[in-house]
Amino acid sequence: MRLFLRLLARNRLALAGAVVLGFVVLLVLMTPVLPLAEPNITNTADRFQRPFTPGHLLGTDHLGRDLLSRLLWGTRLSLAVGFSAAVIAATIGAAIGIVAGYFGGRTDNLIMRGVDMLMAFPYILLALAIVAALGPGLMNALIAVAAVNVPFFARNIRGITVGIAHKEFVDAAKLSGMGHGRIILSEILPNVLPVIVIAMSTTVGWMILETAGLSFLGLGSQPPQADLGSMLGEARAALITSPHTSVVPGVMILIIVMSINLLGDGVRDALDPRLRSGALTRPMAATLVDRDSVPEPSGDGILTLDGIETQFHVGDRIYRAVGGVSLSVGPGECLGLIGESGSGKSVTALSIMGLVASPPGVITGGAARYRGRDLIGMPYRELRRLRGDRIAYIFQDPLATLHPLYRVGDQLAEAIRCHHAIGRAEAHDRAIELLKSVRIPNPESRARSYPHEMSGGMRQRVGIAMALANDPDVIIADEPTTALDVTVQAQILSLLNDLRRDRGLAIVFITHDFGVVAQLCDRVAVMYAGRIVEEGPTAEILARPAHPYTSRLIDCVPELGGGRRELAAIPGLPPSVDDLPAGCAFAPRCDKKQSSCAVGEVALKPRDGRAVRCLYPDWRPA
Amino acid sequence: MSAALKLDNLSKSFPVGKPLFGPPKFTVKAVRPVSLTVETGETLGIVGESGCGKSTLARMLVGLIPPTTGRIEIEGRAFDNADPAAFGRSIQYVFQDPISSLNPRKTIRQIMEVPLKRLHRMNKADRARRISEIFAAVNLRDDFLNRYPHEFSGGQAQRIGIARALAANARILILDEPVSALDVSVQAQVLNLLAKLKREFGLTYLFISHDLAVVEAVSDRIAVLYFGAVVEIGRAEAIFNRPRHPYTKLLADSAPVVGRPLTAPEGKETELPDPLNPPPGCAFAARCPRASELCRQSEPQLTVMGEYQLAACHHPLDS
Repeated sequence: MRLFLRLLARNRLALAGAVVLGFVVLLVLMTPVLPLAEPNITNTADRFQRPFTPGHLLGTDHLGRDLLSRLLWGTRLSLAVGFSAAVIAATIGAAIGIVAGYFGGRTDNLIMRGVDMLMAFPYILLALAIVAALGPGLMNALIAVAAVNVPFFARNIRGITVGIAHKEFVDAAKLSGMGHGRIILSEILPNVLPVIVIAMSTTVGWMILETAGLSFLGLGSQPPQADLGSMLGEARAALITSPHTSVVPGVMILIIVMSINLLGDGVRDALDPRLRSGALTRPMAATLVDRDSVPEPSGDGILTLDGIETQFHVGDRIYRAVGGVSLSVGPGECLGLIGESGSGKSVTALSIMGLVASPPGVITGGAARYRGRDLIGMPYRELRRLRGDRIAYIFQDPLATLHPLYRVGDQLAEAIRCHHAIGRAEAHDRAIELLKSVRIPNPESRARSYPHEMSGGMRQRVGIAMALANDPDVIIADEPTTALDVTVQAQILSLLNDLRRDRGLAIVFITHDFGVVAQLCDRVAVMYAGRIVEEGPTAEILARPAHPYTSRLIDCVPELGGGRRELAAIPGLPPSVDDLPAGCAFAPRCDKKQSSCAVGEVALKPRDGRAVRCLYPDWRPA
Repeated sequence: MSAALKLDNLSKSFPVGKPLFGPPKFTVKAVRPVSLTVETGETLGIVGESGCGKSTLARMLVGLIPPTTGRIEIEGRAFDNADPAAFGRSIQYVFQDPISSLNPRKTIRQIMEVPLKRLHRMNKADRARRISEIFAAVNLRDDFLNRYPHEFSGGQAQRIGIARALAANARILILDEPVSALDVSVQAQVLNLLAKLKREFGLTYLFISHDLAVVEAVSDRIAVLYFGAVVEIGRAEAIFNRPRHPYTKLLADSAPVVGRPLTAPEGKETELPDPLNPPPGCAFAARCPRASELCRQSEPQLTVMGEYQLAACHHPLDS
């Protein structure tokens, strides 16, 4: 709640709307105690007095009634009616929507078709018909306005409910012995409530306008009772001779509706989780770079990272996702980068080509060199020329990285034409060749498929083909087989292995699976809390891990063929990267911890082609 | 030993393209008739790849999906969830995604109290005591109770999910991929916790996973599912070491193992059959190196092959 208010206050326009609306509401609440003339006393002698006449601040109308008094009483009525209509429409609409969405199936079908029928009528016609049937009067206008807005709420809430009703916590509630009514009230309703509030805040203004519209037509409030619509309606005849009689209620409607809409938009922005997570803030084309110095090149690979540091700045918190990672990979080599979630392995990979979203990501140090050229801080035009051309990525979920509306062949052709000035037909032929090279059967017909028509394994092949499109030197594969079944994973891994041998590709392979690393990678770097804790040839590290974390992590992985057994576990959790412990980050979970582990930096010490970041490494003889 | 859970020809078909009235255009058989028995105190592992029907099977067992055919017996009594309270006391479910199985707008205490209140009609003091007991059993601190689900890591949230299932005091737990959303170091913590709870409370587990090594490490027996049917079932020590069904062998060979060179175990780039248009005969025939004309025409039935091992194959591998 406090967060909501803070977000709302940050939105200047919404704040202005809230202030104006607050003032209007305060004014109309105080109306009965303000020293105002009676709103309904006619005095035809004083009719059409101009504003600022003594005794009549805003002048008088065609019957000599005080406009200020009528305005405030009328606003009071209009606000009350509009707001009540919104509450009624929201309550009934949400109830209908939740029931339809929760029960689904035939119930849903019947209810929603009924709602659709209601929506098929032009709303003003429907409102007129309702008022005509019930007879004119403010109460009936309120009913009409509420009724025509019910479908809007019902449809909105039903959509949200369908999503929530299939969540696992609803199933869990069923198994905990809750009935349908209780599930709707205690599980579904609290989760749709923000949506109801959002929908209401954006429609209250509209409903005030609709009520005013009905009153304007003489179907709402009846004389002598004033509301904003009827005031406008009565003033219409004198629009030319005494414009102030229509301008006064008109301006008030403008103020109210504007302020409600501004506030409503602010409420929506503050409550909508998608907007709150920053989905609408556009990340920059390349990650922000803010580093003091450029380190000297250390490795001699085709791609070399020297002390890359990437942070996320969220509010006043700094998350050190990557804290100085150095790596080097040569042609035809496969380097495994292994770690648990949150260890910084993906952020390291994305930092290389400046693909970390900024804000909040900032590269605060280090260099990433491709053939000796530093990619960090490289002008965007040059970086873009290298992206996907010399250094390509394969991501975990190809369904999310392929465009759902284009055929895969066209997407491949586009990837080629981005970097090479070749004709459409030539690019298409090349795309089919690529699909063939990743062993997709019937590449000609598959090129015409959309991503959703393919299975997960096929899509990942397309993802690999896309990475290969421009014959890159380096491929960075971020958990490319995690979402796949084991049999498909085996196919994809052997494909990647063949490709790197045939083409001399350098692969940086990010994974959390030791089995995969063992089979594919020549060297492996183990990451923990944003740093490499151990690095070296895969076979040696797996056989004789020197860092306690590596050896404990290997023990955690159950191996097939071991039968039923107790598994080794690492107690505790990895540290949060915005609050790293002093000294070794693994020390709090380590069973070999000494008091010196918690003091000062622990350096990555090289030895015999390996390196380990530990004060008491376990070097075992081969 | 008595049977905790007995499935007799249980199957599920989903309609596809159903008009408002009248029969659907197609039906997809998510689970073909499955007969299984889980003995009391046993852990039966179920493995299979995505789309093999393992989650559908699990959800039928707890009444979240009504079966199309067949019957379920729970501890000797026919499946009956007319009274949700009595049903919830006999069998519970632990969900795959620990975070989404907890209502984001309720505190952990509110979540934990529901089964105690609804299933066991406990009063406030009894509930508080029982929650403390359960939290101690799953190694969670009592001060977590007043927090909201988003404040927890995956491993903690999964322990809360397990605690909720324990609160029902059911003797059978269906564990649907309980560790696949967790990191390996945390995965081992949760698996060991499950083993400890089983010993302490004498529970029966049906453990579903796609990870062969995990299933092997926790199960007494394992059933392998392919395309909605059990293709092989046997003791955990034996089934992957001496598979009789070619699919079980393919699974075992595909699992990445440290120290085994990388080869694609399948020469052909093959995929699951189309569920809308299932092949006659054995569903695995198109991928199987041993397939014959017989396999493409008649569907093999589960037959006993060696001690405790059954496989549905016309041309089983030698043990």
